[in-house]
Amino acid sequence: MVKVKTVLKWLFITLILLFIYFPIIFLTVNSFNATDIIQGGWKGFSWSHYEYFFNWENEPIHVVLQTFLLAIVVAFLSTVLGTIGAIGIFYSKKRVNKSLSAINRIPIINAEVVTAISFALFVSFFSIDKSTYIPLVVGQMILCTPFVLLSVMPKLRQMDDNLYEAALDLGATPTKALFSVIIPQILPGIVAGFLLSITLSLDDYVITAYTKPDTFKTISTHIYGLDKNNTVGPKIKAAYWAFTALIFFAIVIVVIFANVVSYRKARSKKK
Amino acid sequence: MTKTKTKPHFSRKLLAIPYGLFLAFFVLIPLLIIVYYAFTDDNGKFTTEYVRLFFNDGGDGFFGFFKSYTFKTIMRSLFISTMSTLLCLFIAYPVAYIIAKCKLKNKSVLLLLFVVPMWINFVLRINALKELFVWMGTYNRSDTWNMINTIIGMVYDFLPFMILPIYTTIIKIDKSYLEAARDLGATGARAFVKVTLPLSKAGIISGVSMVFLPSMTNYVVSNYLTFRNVKIIGKLIDDYFMGDLWHDGSFIALVLLLFMFLITWLTGGFKEDSETVGTRGTALW
Repeated sequence: MVKVKTVLKWLFITLILLFIYFPIIFLTVNSFNATDIIQGGWKGFSWSHYEYFFNWENEPIHVVLQTFLLAIVVAFLSTVLGTIGAIGIFYSKKRVNKSLSAINRIPIINAEVVTAISFALFVSFFSIDKSTYIPLVVGQMILCTPFVLLSVMPKLRQMDDNLYEAALDLGATPTKALFSVIIPQILPGIVAGFLLSITLSLDDYVITAYTKPDTFKTISTHIYGLDKNNTVGPKIKAAYWAFTALIFFAIVIVVIFANVVSYRKARSKKK
Repeated sequence: MTKTKTKPHFSRKLLAIPYGLFLAFFVLIPLLIIVYYAFTDDNGKFTTEYVRLFFNDGGDGFFGFFKSYTFKTIMRSLFISTMSTLLCLFIAYPVAYIIAKCKLKNKSVLLLLFVVPMWINFVLRINALKELFVWMGTYNRSDTWNMINTIIGMVYDFLPFMILPIYTTIIKIDKSYLEAARDLGATGARAFVKVTLPLSKAGIISGVSMVFLPSMTNYVVSNYLTFRNVKIIGKLIDDYFMGDLWHDGSFIALVLLLFMFLITWLTGGFKEDSETVGTRGTALW
């Protein structure tokens, strides 16, 4: 009886994992298929989609690189703004703290399309030029910074505030104390916020679509745009299969690595 | 003494100013602009025309609203998001429960398996699903299939947001409560219903609120997986803005915004220590 239960449990887990991974594995397999029409079935092994993807003359590689560049810029700015904001809000009076934390939640809970159009209206209301990239960067920062705050805040709560006071008593200026006492203690939260911002920026479609300069493309808008006019670029589409597969391989490596690390930890604990 | 004590506190508080201004300018003012557009016409004059259009575009009288395109879209969106949320819940709860209760040493790696696909760009993931549907022949086959595919897409995209908060609350439950229930004679099932389930309520609420609203509005999923044949409320707003009908779009956005506030207020998402909003953060790292 107990055994049946255990088998059923793991069968369930396996099925759900299959649901999650099957589409990705399916695409990975087809990234080596010598055709860009999947319905045709297996047409033999080929690197052609990878060659197309890495060819400097083609669009996808440029789009991928500029998407990453944008993500790094946005994540950096969001992290700086969010970290400073978190420290400030943490030491503010309760009323300021509460209201700013509540406003900070709006972009997180709000439907992304509402955030996007409200900011797009703001941009057009004050006639800000989209081709300056400022609307795009600020728009994505609206999305990312609240999460930086949420990752930094718990670390501030855990922090030992006496160390800061001690640093001041020992003659450090507030700025020096901030950088050499507070920042190191909340660093894990800052790093988590930065990485989260990168993934949020990389993933974003809606805000990007509403704020980007006309000719600029990110991975999300590029693929979504291909779907809109199906005549353009089955080759580009297939090149993104190759890109998906590459990320998938990277993920597999990370998971194996995490597994090994946690296995080693468990073993060293036993000893 | 007092001087050296107050000065550093003062300077640290000031650090809230840049972000406070950022929020005021780029979050609050844009929302006010939505309200402005919802209640003004092209000449900037106050009007309730767009309120009327929202409620009455299906014909005359009060009941016209129930025949309107907007109403149908709202109902369709509610159906999709309810189904997606329930499916997510029925999949995520057992998954979270099994992982939290299993005796494996590296539970976190197992959990990681469910979360890690989110590192792939979201449109790429939806694209993978679409190619699979095309291959299986269910892509844009019929209205029913389009609906099914949309719901599968939403579940596929939002499942981790449901698994993580539930897992976090289950893992935190003090084992002694369960032991006490068993000692007092409760069966395993009864102990689950009376102890584990109520204690994981916070995780369920948190997960539901992270899935429900996005699956009403994330039109990338519904558009991409159905050859733009299933229209949800998020797409309706997008259509209005793409068609330069800013005032109509703003009013619907305002309705959606109020709906969001209502849900958040009901689920306690504005409370100081609510876990609701942290979910997406912990979801990835």
